[in-house]
Amino acid sequence: MDRLNVKTIAEYAAEGKSPEVLFFVGCAGSFDQRAQQVTKAFVKILNSANISFGVLGKEETCTGDPAKRAGNDFLFQMQALTNIETMNAYGVKKVVTTCPHCFNTIKNEYPSLGGNYEVLHHTQFLKQLLEENRISIEGGSFKGKKITYHDPCYLGRANGVYEAPREIIKKLEAEIVEMKRCKKNALCCGAGGAQMFKESEAGNKEINHERSEEVNTTGASVVAAACPFCNVMLNDGATATDSSVEVKDLAQLIAEAADL
Amino acid sequence: MISSILFLILLITGIGLFIRNSKKIIAAIHLGTSLPIADRKKERWFQMLRLAFGQQKMHRNLLVGVLHLVVYLGFIIINIELLEIIVDGLFGTHRILKGLGGFYNFAIATFEVFALLVVFSVIVFWMRRNLVRIARFWSPEMRGWPKSDANWILIIELVLMGLFLTMNAADYTLQLRGHEAYPLAGAFPVSGLIVPIFQNFSIDTLVVIERATWWLHIAGILFFLNYLYYSKHLHILLAFPHTFYASLEPKGKMANNEIVTSEVKMMLGLPAEPVSSDEVSFGARDVHQLSALQLLGAYSCTECGRCTASCPANQTGKLLSPRKIMMDVRDRATYLVEKGDAVKDHFLLDNYISREELWACTTCNACVEECPIGISPMSIILSMRQYITMEEASSPSELNSMMTNIENNGAPWPFNNEDRLKWID
Repeated sequence: MDRLNVKTIAEYAAEGKSPEVLFFVGCAGSFDQRAQQVTKAFVKILNSANISFGVLGKEETCTGDPAKRAGNDFLFQMQALTNIETMNAYGVKKVVTTCPHCFNTIKNEYPSLGGNYEVLHHTQFLKQLLEENRISIEGGSFKGKKITYHDPCYLGRANGVYEAPREIIKKLEAEIVEMKRCKKNALCCGAGGAQMFKESEAGNKEINHERSEEVNTTGASVVAAACPFCNVMLNDGATATDSSVEVKDLAQLIAEAADL
Repeated sequence: MISSILFLILLITGIGLFIRNSKKIIAAIHLGTSLPIADRKKERWFQMLRLAFGQQKMHRNLLVGVLHLVVYLGFIIINIELLEIIVDGLFGTHRILKGLGGFYNFAIATFEVFALLVVFSVIVFWMRRNLVRIARFWSPEMRGWPKSDANWILIIELVLMGLFLTMNAADYTLQLRGHEAYPLAGAFPVSGLIVPIFQNFSIDTLVVIERATWWLHIAGILFFLNYLYYSKHLHILLAFPHTFYASLEPKGKMANNEIVTSEVKMMLGLPAEPVSSDEVSFGARDVHQLSALQLLGAYSCTECGRCTASCPANQTGKLLSPRKIMMDVRDRATYLVEKGDAVKDHFLLDNYISREELWACTTCNACVEECPIGISPMSIILSMRQYITMEEASSPSELNSMMTNIENNGAPWPFNNEDRLKWID
């Protein structure tokens, strides 16, 4: 496998250049093993489409989303203002991220702190690349396969992005089988609002098990995810419900279909 | 003359009490901090038109949507009749608007048809609440008053429609008998069906029935107007201001506290405008620290429970119910307005809403998406979490670890920030 072609935005700056788009990798994308696979898949796609992109690397810090949802606006703003300082210093105009939480935060909560960028979730970005034929997935390996899609709350309800991920699945020529609760009515994976970092409160069931059961009833062989936290929760849910369904991010599906 | 005076007293008492109750509600809403924002007026009017007048979100279940629309239109349309009732009551006239002729007949006939449709809808609603096991009507927070309140509303509506139709039937029978005080006026497609029952009644009895139902009908309406203050049914009025002021922002957006911004900027050595603040406190321990919009939401909530039915935490047996959050906020605000700040060490947090409820929320926005009038129970949950974390520093220990990690190494997990690019290798 070719080494991934990744440059930091600082490296661009040293050459007196700046990339078209900043890929905000996010903490999960940087450190979580499952999410790292998504990061790599997305970078492979960016490389194959010859996109000029940079990452912040060590200059990136958590967007602050989990701190804000856990009630710590102070820590959130520390993180946010630090990232904004960095991004503004490099003259960032356009940001793409593989995490709906980073996406939501940078898009909605950074502007009033002085961070104004065009922010895209990677599913929106990938949809554009597919439409502009900058990546080709014809004759892909998912043709005719049943795929269901789990709407991440922070992409769907929070920001109204329902169609871009589905357009991608259509381009894979796969058959989309919707879960009963989808789009606006989608059931959460259970990880949002900083729940990812704590045990759930006492109840009679785990939310991700409930969601995974719904995934299983679709009979799909793959459940497409678009969020690193959903990805973890659905994977745990599949194990807990003895399901062989594969949990894959849309970037992974494209990278696989395009044989990257 | 005496009846006119009695009517005036009844009317003034009814409206006077209503004004007193309204003042209490306004006072309760003003317990909140910032008043609602009224920017982007066009979009706000449109949102109100769409959600409150158009009841857009009610039509997701077509049967319920149509029945709800019938009751709503029925009440608006039938209450046009109120104008005539008030004039008749004050001046001792009878059906003062009968001079409108054909249009009057058309109006009365329309009211009657709507009255019948309302009766039908209300009966279906009663059956849904009491006979069909719809889970959201049987949650723990619905025990006691909330459940009987819902049934009382339906019963009162049924009684009002019954009085209206009986009054018309008696009136119409008297008209047919040529009673001089009851000249021919109106068309009675529904109450006409009751007329045969009155066939053998004497004129005197019919006049008594007509007068009694007329008085009970208007008294009932004034009673209902004042019942609202004690009931979830306030939504018939407050849904309008609430949908006007409800957030126009993407649901994922959480506002940034300006005082915090100023402090953080100073800490980071960035140019900052100092924000003047006498008493800095973050988040909400009690209703005083919620926004006026959040309190308006609590009074606008009709406890339908769509939020709770859609809540992933609630569905998996956790203690959290977004509807209960709204009910608690209203109960607390009403308590403070009614009783004053009497009980010490009594707050919304812990005395009404437990921490376990607050920490069960996944901030998924399902409750906000579901609410037919755009209430956000989630925003209240987040305000209260903010109090727990920023004022008490007593969030769950796992979350404290997560936040310490962010503080120390810029990620919610204990990874070294130097390793941010390790995934490339």
